[in-house]
Amino acid sequence: MNKETIIKISDLAKIDIKDDQIDDILTSLEKILNLVDEMNSVNTDNVTPMSHPLNLKQELRKDIVGASDERELFQKNNKHIDNGYYIVPKIID
Amino acid sequence: MHNKTVSELKKYLEEKKISSVELTKHFVDRIKTIDSHLNSFISLTEEYAITQAKKIDLEISKGKIRPLAGIPLAQKDIFCTKGLKTTCGSKMLENFISPYNATVVEKLNDAGMVIIGKTNMDEFAMGSSNETSYFGDVKNPWDTEYVPGGSSGGSAASVAARLIPCSTGTDTGGSIRQPASLTGVCGIKPTYGRVSRYGMIAFASSLDQAGIFTRTAEDCAILLTHISGYDPKDSTSSRKEVPDYEKECKQKFTSMTIGIPVEFLDGLDDTVKEVFEESIKVLEKNGCKFKKISLKSSKLGVSAYQVVAPAECSSNLSRFDGVRFGHRADNTKNIDDLYKKSRSEGFGQEVKRRILIGTYALSAGYYDAYYLKAQKIRKVISNEFAEAFKEVDLILGPTAPDCAFKIGEKSNDPIAMYLSDVFTVSTNLAGLPAMSLPMGFKNHLPLGLQIIGNHFDEAKILSLAHHYQQITDWHTKKPKLSGD
Repeated sequence: MNKETIIKISDLAKIDIKDDQIDDILTSLEKILNLVDEMNSVNTDNVTPMSHPLNLKQELRKDIVGASDERELFQKNNKHIDNGYYIVPKIID
Repeated sequence: MHNKTVSELKKYLEEKKISSVELTKHFVDRIKTIDSHLNSFISLTEEYAITQAKKIDLEISKGKIRPLAGIPLAQKDIFCTKGLKTTCGSKMLENFISPYNATVVEKLNDAGMVIIGKTNMDEFAMGSSNETSYFGDVKNPWDTEYVPGGSSGGSAASVAARLIPCSTGTDTGGSIRQPASLTGVCGIKPTYGRVSRYGMIAFASSLDQAGIFTRTAEDCAILLTHISGYDPKDSTSSRKEVPDYEKECKQKFTSMTIGIPVEFLDGLDDTVKEVFEESIKVLEKNGCKFKKISLKSSKLGVSAYQVVAPAECSSNLSRFDGVRFGHRADNTKNIDDLYKKSRSEGFGQEVKRRILIGTYALSAGYYDAYYLKAQKIRKVISNEFAEAFKEVDLILGPTAPDCAFKIGEKSNDPIAMYLSDVFTVSTNLAGLPAMSLPMGFKNHLPLGLQIIGNHFDEAKILSLAHHYQQITDWHTKKPKLSGD
């Protein structure tokens, strides 16, 4: 991991990082990755990865109409609304 | 009245020795007097609580008594509560009013409980000391220079300080058990899938589980019965039948074989070891057999957790983009600028750190080395627990490697902070139920005893915990508080 990686992943994660913060972040992430690398002390070549603690499969529900449209209720948390649409900065010139 | 347990308050209310309004006012006044020293609540919901309490009193007067009618409760501020602020300890949701209730909230409301407030927590449940909350540190009631643990620090501290008889919490890597240990209360994390996660703001979806804080195992059992069960709104919730945990835990105690993982005792602090060994002696004299077991990969739990949890958090927290709800930055140039500024202003340092680690672990070329490897380690840990449970009924150990640490002591050292959860994370990775209950003190600070069970063995855990509390009195000790 290096400074360029931090800049790349912060862009992917949509988080702004100031230039003077990069070194600190790099140091702390490297420490975490060192801790994570301890996983390599165990050979897991023949182990099936575990994605669900109880090994259950996702259930499918019946395709029936559930809760009704509650757009007005949900949009009460946002003052940037126009006619049920969310207002954002111009995307296309 | 604040020293009464949930079980005792239930009787008082049913026998009309006190009304729900009187009880609500008592706890609200107590929080107003004492919580300025602790900061365990983000919001008090006094008006809402009085309205709920009046409704319950009217029902009681007409002979309709719900199972937990009129008992005050604090909800961790990670649970969505309709019409009330739900901040998740973050600036991102500082002004968010939830349009719906979490299933846990809905179930406890239906049981007749009265929500008095929302408790403080580490931001988005990411922390082990409650120092990452946007709303300030929570102080440990036993000594306000010390942390209460986290992430459910406010829920634990408020129960320890008798500001509330019970509260809810969530546990992704130890966030119920570690603060329960550090504040001297009971905290249970059920089996993954036992309790619905609907409306519980997601941190790491394959690890998160809701649970309860109380002062006794009996009270934990009472509340757990009411929050458990299948929920069509959470496809990972289990359809397994919910027992009456209160009834089960109070049945005559039958002998159990209990495993002690040798790895939990390696290099353990001397006082923690002494106190833990004393609790083994007490249980040995009272019907338990002990057996040494090995969980040799459990020490890799923190490493695997530091991949799985951040990876899932980076995905879950992508919903906070400044567009639909949550913090939105001003004066943004374009949509990318809106996303970046809103997220950078809305999230704190620890949350950003975990999002970055998670994004890195999931990025092209690194998935196999990190996420896939962590999922395999998870399987190894889970298999070791499964082997152990072929020989023992329950597993016992200390909840945390030490008592509470001072505020600020570990805040600049993320690794030291993550290692506070060394005894708790493995059970989340394996989806197992576990509980912490008070077992003694180191100097003046409480220590917790952790009981780990096999999947859906909550009744067994609660039975041992209740038995322990019949023969010891650690759970009755209370902190001396300013303003009390």
